[in-house]
Amino acid sequence: MSFYEEYKKFSDNDFSAFFNELEDQDIRRIIGKSRLTELDYLALLSPRAEKYLEEMAQKAHHLTLQHFGRTILLYTPLYLANYCVNSCVYCGFQVHNKLDRKKLSLTEVEAEAQIIAGTGLKHILILTGESRKHSSVSYIKDCTEVLKKYFTSIGIEVYPLTEQEYADLIQAGVDSLTMFQEAYNEQVYLDMHPAGPKRDYQFRLNAPERACKAGMRSVNLGALLGLHDWRTEAFFTGLHVNYLQNNYPDVEVSISPPRMRPHLGGFNPPVDVSDKNLVQYILAFRLFMPRGGITISTRENPQLREHLIKLGATKMSAGSCTAVGGRTDAAKSTGQFDISDERDVATMTRVIYSHGYQPVFKDWQTI
Amino acid sequence: MHDALMIGGQEVTSRLFLGTGKFASNDMIPELVNVSGAQVVTVAIRRVDPDYPEENVANYIPGNCILMPNTSGARNAREAVRIAKLGRAAGCGDWVKIEVIADNRYLLPDNYETIKATEELAADGFVVLPYISPDLMVARKLEEVGAAAVMPLGAPIGSNRGLKTKELIKILIEECSLPVIVDAGIGRPSQAAEAMEIGAAAVLVNTAIATAKDPVAMARAFGQAVEAGRNAFLANPGEVFEYARASSPLTGFLRNE
Ligand code: SF4
Repeated sequence: MSFYEEYKKFSDNDFSAFFNELEDQDIRRIIGKSRLTELDYLALLSPRAEKYLEEMAQKAHHLTLQHFGRTILLYTPLYLANYCVNSCVYCGFQVHNKLDRKKLSLTEVEAEAQIIAGTGLKHILILTGESRKHSSVSYIKDCTEVLKKYFTSIGIEVYPLTEQEYADLIQAGVDSLTMFQEAYNEQVYLDMHPAGPKRDYQFRLNAPERACKAGMRSVNLGALLGLHDWRTEAFFTGLHVNYLQNNYPDVEVSISPPRMRPHLGGFNPPVDVSDKNLVQYILAFRLFMPRGGITISTRENPQLREHLIKLGATKMSAGSCTAVGGRTDAAKSTGQFDISDERDVATMTRVIYSHGYQPVFKDWQTI
Repeated sequence: MHDALMIGGQEVTSRLFLGTGKFASNDMIPELVNVSGAQVVTVAIRRVDPDYPEENVANYIPGNCILMPNTSGARNAREAVRIAKLGRAAGCGDWVKIEVIADNRYLLPDNYETIKATEELAADGFVVLPYISPDLMVARKLEEVGAAAVMPLGAPIGSNRGLKTKELIKILIEECSLPVIVDAGIGRPSQAAEAMEIGAAAVLVNTAIATAKDPVAMARAFGQAVEAGRNAFLANPGEVFEYARASSPLTGFLRNE
């Protein structure tokens, strides 16, 4: 059994019929429960639950304090390469876009690492486009070896790997995985990924589980919000995280709820996801999985990010740069998307303290 | 009478142990220690960062405190041992609270892996305080392999639900020769006092103080409650009777022949 079967159990459901049958008292009852079922979670994602955002926020705030305290973990992404063989319709790095392709040499990786480490950060997330030729697993491994000298926790956000490849990277020092399914709806997924290896829906869908089997200690999942109806995408993301937590109880799970950002190529997201929608997703997830992490990237604007601290966020990126070599090279290459919160680590640190929270730089070390 | 708590050959002056993982700022720690009187302070080794003094939680612990690093994040005995050794190498001393958790939903400790880690670390000269689900056989085993105390949970971590495992903790207190320190679940000073009244050697509190609106006032209240509870225990409270003692006894008709 894999998550695909779980997905299939729900994918043919008539979600709008389910939403239409919900009454106010259902939502109130669910908010009062201590352990939510999958369908309870779905109910909290419904239009009906929008009226109850404040109640959900109060509970989400309380649960987050209880489990995580007044702390926010800071990390930053590092783009190693932007070579990509896929043609995801929404992405600036896709194979048909004309842009300077670049891949950092190990010396350049070290130079970027030194700059980032100088800000005090200890958690880093490395990214590549999908190109087994340019960014091979052994290249990622070599980069990990370099980064280990500067960081205590290394995450990967790369193309889906086999279980053995995950095990090799864990052996080299990687401890967390971020994997965006992009779209859980299988048809939408196929529409968004017309060509390239990424078109294999199930190979991507089952990647997080392969990582868990290989011994990954933390796994972060997400759907790219804007590609399809956000309520069902949020539901399947939560369902996926819940599935992994049930089967791999020792893995630390979390979600990222990224919204589409402008980028080279000018794709217009078919679905608009408002701040209110995003907040509803975060609150519903917190009530469904009180101990799940919630990562807020610099795709979101400063004001919203600050409000999300009290609503359930547990991890935030800071001092982000989505261009390969962007921290060392003044004439930097094109980024994957525009970031919205450009504040550096020192500023984010002050901001988090000003909200009565502690920014945490080190929360794990490879052992 | 001098009422000393001895752990690993060291005298501990306060029976309130303070956890540090959830505060709004490390700056608060010295004041919380000061108002609560806590002497033993636990820090997660995963958060100790010798390279970055301003953000290194260990640097905020006052010098007269006993540092009790914990192995939070460990999923099995092997990881707990590795983390404990990293802590010692980072200058955190020889005390270690073993925390082995392989269940992210409830954060319940894995007693079996905890025993394995305790055995190995005690043999290596650590003063080992294992966090456990209250179980007499486990506590006995821990005693046998060299633990310096046992730390049963009162309720799940962070739940502030109080002494839900009271009956089991009482058995540990009656049957173990090791100090029994109630860790996790204590949410109110009254619950801390209750743990002390039934004879716990100490209590460890973090979430209840960190999530209070005024953590300093709450830390002070916990310090007072732990002292009051301990004094009550030492005063040997009078018996509790299930039924009222009638002024006209039911057996008053019996006369000594
Ligand atoms: S989203 Fe990833 S796989 Fe798709 S085109 Fe962009 S870099 Fe390549």
